[in-house]
Amino acid sequence: MFKYYAKYSPYLFLLPAAIVLLIFFFIPFFQTVGLSFFDYSENIYRPQFIGIENYITLLHNPIFYKVLWNTFIYLFVAVPVLALFPLCIAILINQKIRGVTLYKILIYLPVIVSIVVAAIAFKWLYADQGILNYLMTKIGLEPAGWLTDPDFALYSVIIVTIWKGIGYYMIIYLAALMSVPKELYEACDIDGADFLTKHLTVTVPHIMPTIALVTTISAISAMKVFAEIYVMTKGGPLNSSKTIVYYIYERAFENLDLGFASAAAVVLLIIVMIFSLINILCFEKNKYQI
Amino acid sequence: MKGLKIKNLYIHLILITVSLLSIFPFIWLISTSLKGNSENIFAYPPQIIPSDFTWANYSGVWQRVNFIGYFLNSMIVAGGTVVLNLMLSAMAGYPLARMEFKGKKFTFFAILATIMIPFQAIMLPVYLITLKLHLVDSVNNFAGFIGLIMPFAVSAFGIFLMRQAFLGIPKEMEEAAIVDGCNVWQVFWKVLIPMVKPSLAVLAIFTFIGSWGEFLWPSIVLTKESMYTLPVGVNNLQGMFSSNWRFIAAGSILSTIPILIFFLFMQRYFISGGNEGAVKG
Repeated sequence: MFKYYAKYSPYLFLLPAAIVLLIFFFIPFFQTVGLSFFDYSENIYRPQFIGIENYITLLHNPIFYKVLWNTFIYLFVAVPVLALFPLCIAILINQKIRGVTLYKILIYLPVIVSIVVAAIAFKWLYADQGILNYLMTKIGLEPAGWLTDPDFALYSVIIVTIWKGIGYYMIIYLAALMSVPKELYEACDIDGADFLTKHLTVTVPHIMPTIALVTTISAISAMKVFAEIYVMTKGGPLNSSKTIVYYIYERAFENLDLGFASAAAVVLLIIVMIFSLINILCFEKNKYQI
Repeated sequence: MKGLKIKNLYIHLILITVSLLSIFPFIWLISTSLKGNSENIFAYPPQIIPSDFTWANYSGVWQRVNFIGYFLNSMIVAGGTVVLNLMLSAMAGYPLARMEFKGKKFTFFAILATIMIPFQAIMLPVYLITLKLHLVDSVNNFAGFIGLIMPFAVSAFGIFLMRQAFLGIPKEMEEAAIVDGCNVWQVFWKVLIPMVKPSLAVLAIFTFIGSWGEFLWPSIVLTKESMYTLPVGVNNLQGMFSSNWRFIAAGSILSTIPILIFFLFMQRYFISGGNEGAVKG
């Protein structure tokens, strides 16, 4: 095709997006790394260059380890559930049954609703004399301090994240299930395979790439949780539900310890970049081909 | 045939249970919001159907909280974010799909790199830059809105979505337009944009939902209550009414109505599949 545009026109078309990305992505990215080498805690207007000292402080900070540990618990609990449970739901919805659209709408509803409203709704379920504790006593258990007991708080917040994600990943799986050849299921039926065997031998191997994709994107979003924690526990009690983004927020915007917060942000950056790289290189390669 | 029916019955039972679990937190919130002062909201066993039914919590919270203001602020921010995303993504996607230029590969990978940078990790410098540019509500409301919008004015997701859409248009369309005497801007605006409307619609809807629910950034930059968006305003209910759960519940439900209506009208875009990866997780 002949070149119908001037030499400079591609750049003009790219310019507005480039300016926004430069100011609000690339400069802040390098600034995060830069800030992490300065000390703001003495005087916020006169930062001191201290090299990698923030990182050393970080490595000697027990709260940071607690926060990292909490973040990994978040991953270990939320990611497997979000990778498998929505798949089961999607398989069930994919059967030839009535009312599929209604089920999809209801299960997708938590995705649409603001995370703040969702967190408030759960806070109400978790209340000390709330409905969940009623059910606990009903089945003969002690009422729990869902958000006030350090042993429970993190898991109570994780449940909200899982609950809000199920519909989203279900839709991704439903799209993937459409690509499984129907003949394979028919072959299974002729062989007399039962429901479970059929899906373990046909469905799961076929949509393995999607399962892997859901694993990485749910891991990335689990790394980034903030609102649930902010609304429900503020990271407490005793830092038991504090994860890395909340910690960065707290150190940066409440303690104004900009250098230290940036060092923690660099750790978050590195972890998320590794997950994203896996994601792009393994599962979404064709989406980003030049 | 009988086996099939029993199997379907089990499937329905499971799906009904999951559906109920999905909406139960909202149902319980609605139930609480409709209970009057004479009814104990901590009663055991809990009552789903209010015995002292009242709308008073809704009118009470409506009078004390400026929901219309929050709603309008959210509309301005989400609307502005959508318009900018459509314009910037389409403009950037076009040369990436259709033109040859020096530095194309570099541009492509630079945009791809932004996918890997989570906003949460760079939010502190983003805030410092926004302050430096005076894009905060303490300067004036307009600057405040610009500051809320700009960090999300374009995304790699949008650029790649539009690039993909332009790639799908046959080149003959452009050639015909150029033969007819169109310049490059006219080719873009009059020929290509009308053909990528479905992708623009997808981008608009998902950008809108993302922006509407955004909580972290507005709660960092906003200082004035009159500038609150809905999520920030709803979170603030907890402080305003401390333990008055009737009001908190009523306010939360009120704030959800607009997005619920939006969802029900647009549901096919969300649940039909094929748009996966569009909402930010």
